[in-house]
Amino acid sequence: MTQKLVIIGAGMASGRVIEHLVEQAPEAYDITLFNAESRGNYNRIMLSPVLSGDKTYEEIVTHSTDWYAQNAVTCRFGEHVTAIDRDRKVVRGENGEVAYDKLIIATGSAPFIIPVAGKDLPGVVTYRDLDDTNAMIKASAEGGKAVVIGGGLLGLEAAAGLKERGMDVTVLHLMGHLMERQLDPAAGYLLRKDLEARGIEVKTQASTKAILGQTKAEAVLLESGEILDADLVVMAVGIRPETRLATDAALDVARGVEVNAQMLTSDPDIYAVGECVEFDGHLFGLVAPLYDQAKIVAKGLMDAPDVFQVKELATKLKVTGCDLFSAGDFAEAEGREDIIFRDPARGIYKRLVIEDDRLVGAVMYGDTTDGNWFFGLIKDGTDIEEMRETLIFGPAYQGGASVDPLSAVAALPLDAEICGCNGICKGTITDAISGGATDLAAIKTQTKASASCGTCTGLVEQLLQASLGDAYATPVAQPVCGCTELSHEDLRRLIKSQELKSQPAVWQELGWSTPNGCPTCRPAVNFYLLADWPLEYQDDPQSRFVNERKHANIQKDGTYSVVPRMWGGITNPLELRAIADAADKYNVPTVKVTGGQRIDLLGVKGEDLPAIWADLNSAGLVSGHAYSKGLRTVKTCVGTDHCRFGTQDSTGLGIKLEQILWGSWTPHKVKLGVSGCPRNCAEATCKDLGIICVDSGFQVSVAGAAGMEVKETERLVDVETEQEAIDITMAFVQLYRENAKYLDRAFKWVAKVGLDWVRERVVDDLDERRRLIDAFELSQSIYRKDPWAEHAQNSKTRAQYAPIANLNLEAAE
Amino acid sequence: MNWIDIGAVADIPLRGARIAKTPVGCIALFRTGLDEVFAASDSCPHKGGPLSEGIVHGQKVTCPLHNWVFDLNTGEAQGADDGKIDTYPICIKEGRILIDADSIRNRSAA
Ligand code: SRM
Ligand SMILES: Cc1cc2nc3c(=O)[nH]c(=O)nc-3n(C[C@H](O)[C@H](O)[C@H](O)COP(=O)(O)OP(=O)(O)OC[C@H]3O[C@@H](n4cnc5c(N)ncnc54)[C@H](O)[C@@H]3O)c2cc1C
Ligand code: SF4
Ligand code: FES
Repeated sequence: MTQKLVIIGAGMASGRVIEHLVEQAPEAYDITLFNAESRGNYNRIMLSPVLSGDKTYEEIVTHSTDWYAQNAVTCRFGEHVTAIDRDRKVVRGENGEVAYDKLIIATGSAPFIIPVAGKDLPGVVTYRDLDDTNAMIKASAEGGKAVVIGGGLLGLEAAAGLKERGMDVTVLHLMGHLMERQLDPAAGYLLRKDLEARGIEVKTQASTKAILGQTKAEAVLLESGEILDADLVVMAVGIRPETRLATDAALDVARGVEVNAQMLTSDPDIYAVGECVEFDGHLFGLVAPLYDQAKIVAKGLMDAPDVFQVKELATKLKVTGCDLFSAGDFAEAEGREDIIFRDPARGIYKRLVIEDDRLVGAVMYGDTTDGNWFFGLIKDGTDIEEMRETLIFGPAYQGGASVDPLSAVAALPLDAEICGCNGICKGTITDAISGGATDLAAIKTQTKASASCGTCTGLVEQLLQASLGDAYATPVAQPVCGCTELSHEDLRRLIKSQELKSQPAVWQELGWSTPNGCPTCRPAVNFYLLADWPLEYQDDPQSRFVNERKHANIQKDGTYSVVPRMWGGITNPLELRAIADAADKYNVPTVKVTGGQRIDLLGVKGEDLPAIWADLNSAGLVSGHAYSKGLRTVKTCVGTDHCRFGTQDSTGLGIKLEQILWGSWTPHKVKLGVSGCPRNCAEATCKDLGIICVDSGFQVSVAGAAGMEVKETERLVDVETEQEAIDITMAFVQLYRENAKYLDRAFKWVAKVGLDWVRERVVDDLDERRRLIDAFELSQSIYRKDPWAEHAQNSKTRAQYAPIANLNLEAAE
Repeated sequence: MNWIDIGAVADIPLRGARIAKTPVGCIALFRTGLDEVFAASDSCPHKGGPLSEGIVHGQKVTCPLHNWVFDLNTGEAQGADDGKIDTYPICIKEGRILIDADSIRNRSAA
């Protein structure tokens, strides 16, 4: 006897159920199909090609009106089901009731709307169905700016589509990298790069605070305070299962409608299928498992019950030119091993995660041809021990190719600058090599590359090797650490010439062998990036040693020392009183006068740091950076103000220099001294840069040291005016910032490049001196700020100094 | 298990750490580059360095005082150094971090 089957929701899951039924048991059920949308089943995943204009709606319809008619499905499209009455076994639609013997809930899911002010303004859309897609197409016809909130699969497809239709698109993503559920940071970086290359702006770690506008959306306000103009705002931050009907009907509902392995809800006459269900704690957001579910539902309805099983899933992004693939579980864990392959030249990244000789996860970008092969290995749990060595090269490559260690250099474009001193590009050098130059000396004479400071020698040698192969054996330079084969010098040059402006860019383009570096390379890379790209790169506190992250020196018992700046060693009663008060208030056990002409408060608790800083700030005191690889102190003597021998205002010059240089980050610490006469009471001749004032002007000398090594400074130049002394100092510090290896004090760096090389740039070449000064000032426009004030005043950073929780009470109960 | 909420994942800086005060001393909560969270004792077995102030790399942390490295899964010191930090079960639900209060209590009773 024909039974009455009612289906709520004409989506991709229920569509598949109907197909099975009409094929295998056409007489068994009399089907009524409700759909809130005013149309039947279409291929929802192809909405993105419709948005971008590659397809029309007609092309993605799965079941046409004719198809429903032929199969005698009663369609009630454009009609919401408002309730299920389980006692009477009827479903209530907006236009009347229908009785059922069997019922299927297939209501899919609803876009998640973040609860911010302005979320209901016209111009704010979600991305779920054809109506949303049409709304976006209409809005894009007027051009303008679109902000897409959410950098997952849906958000990025929306962004690419809107860009294709001529809008200015910005994607906001809360997490550190795009598609973080499917991709690791390295693949996320490549994806971002591809999107940016097509003109889409991407902001990560961007949290939306409100959508602004009077009668329609006009802008998006971020937590950071930044405001982005927006004519259209797309919210694509996630989905939640559409469970309202089931909840009202008192079926078991957790996050989704709970079903057993036969896809039955807690009522034996009601099935649920698709994104609205929860099975064994799992939710579903891709079609592959839904099709499996549909088969199980159809079998149940045909009295041949079967069992649904959760399988591994693979993801791809439907944006042309962004080839990514991800499958399985790619988190790092104990007992898991990574195999990483990077080909910077072709923008390829592949990572396989192996556990117990089985492949458990795979992430790949740029070349995804082997994706399905890997996916098969994951699903089948194939033992890969035999293929381990060559696995990453895919099925075709089981012969064993080796990774090219020179690929970073090979990847450089011909116009990439190799020798910064003489402005020599890669092309010039490779031309010389093809013209017969076979060693470093020949390259030096023919092109001048590496003939000056010599820091590009490693790169030139790698070019020789890349071009001549085994005919040229590169002397091995000391690599930065175990994560790379590059030396510090090569790393610095490549960051400049390849314009690498983020950490993931460095890891990928330079072929790092670890996911995100180690404690040795990360602080170095962080410094190089902020020194070379002050505007584009954002300093990363998590890549710094504790002292520079907490802006205080850690002590052996875990407390901190606090050293406020005393400009040029000058202080006054107000400052001294503030320091004394702070010492009292925060129970500072030791107050010491340092060797750098200022006062150290030792033994401050980490939690008290923001408060003690705020107190010191209110007396005008700022951080002394006693903890930084940056400017420490400028030691001065009393000079002409008081001393009978003083020739120039050494105290005044010292204060000026300290005020110009403070806050700047340098490869290692920088200390200055200014003495008023050759008696040299400020010990200027054992500093990184020292100035001795004399009747005729100022003697500037550099490259001194008085720590583990003691070394007298070398005279750089004598100048007549104070301004010249200041200019020379700034240019010298900037040259050091641009060129030295991380953790080389100035004297070590000068010993490598030679004092003459420094003098040419800082003293002789006035244009270069000007450029250095301008570059320094540009960087200081960002970094010449008191980090104490910034940390003490920003409630978010301030909170970081306190414990996240205090469980002493709760756990003791 | 007796899960209690101790805060949001987002409250910990990416590749950083925060501490929670407990009867067994400070527990450090580490957030890795892949957004995993680990809980372990904050105190380095070498000379008591605060591990929450170390650099987090992969699933490891390096002590800020003398650079011992610990695997956050097992708590074992890496390389030539010999030592172990206590680790605590944790679970993450909708962006919140839950810690097992029993594991803390048992540790304090022991
Ligand atoms: C506080 C102070 C000692 C004092 O009580 O006077 C000091 C204290 C420290 N010095 Fe120093 N140095 C201090 C003046 C000096 C001086 C003298 C000077 O600046 O006139 C020198 C020799 C001059 C020089 O730098 O060439 C000096 C050479 C060093 C060195 C060796 C550097 C080198 O390149 O050889 C280190 C180790 C390092 O930086 O790697 C060091 C490192 C340290 C550290 C930061 C050790 C550390 O990493 O924890 C100490 C921090 C203690 C703390 O918790 O506060 N300190 N240190 C002085 C702070 C000056 C200031 O006001 O900022
Ligand atoms: C733009 C986009 C791109 C996607 N790309 C991919 C992809 O590349 N790969 C992939 O695997 N997946 C993709 N997905 C996800 C995939 O489309 C879904 O997993 C799938 O459509 C879910 O099927 P479903 O039948 O559960 O729900 P749906 O297809 O959403 O169908 C549910 C239907 O129920 C209706 N409904 C809800 N409540 C009621 C009610 N009370 N009364 C009547 N009708 C109701 C809704 O209007 C809707 O039409 C994409 C999704 C979108 C939106
Ligand atoms: S001399 Fe040594 S012990 Fe003394 S403050 Fe400097 S670094 Fe510390
Ligand atoms: S205290 Fe941790 S390494 Fe010494």
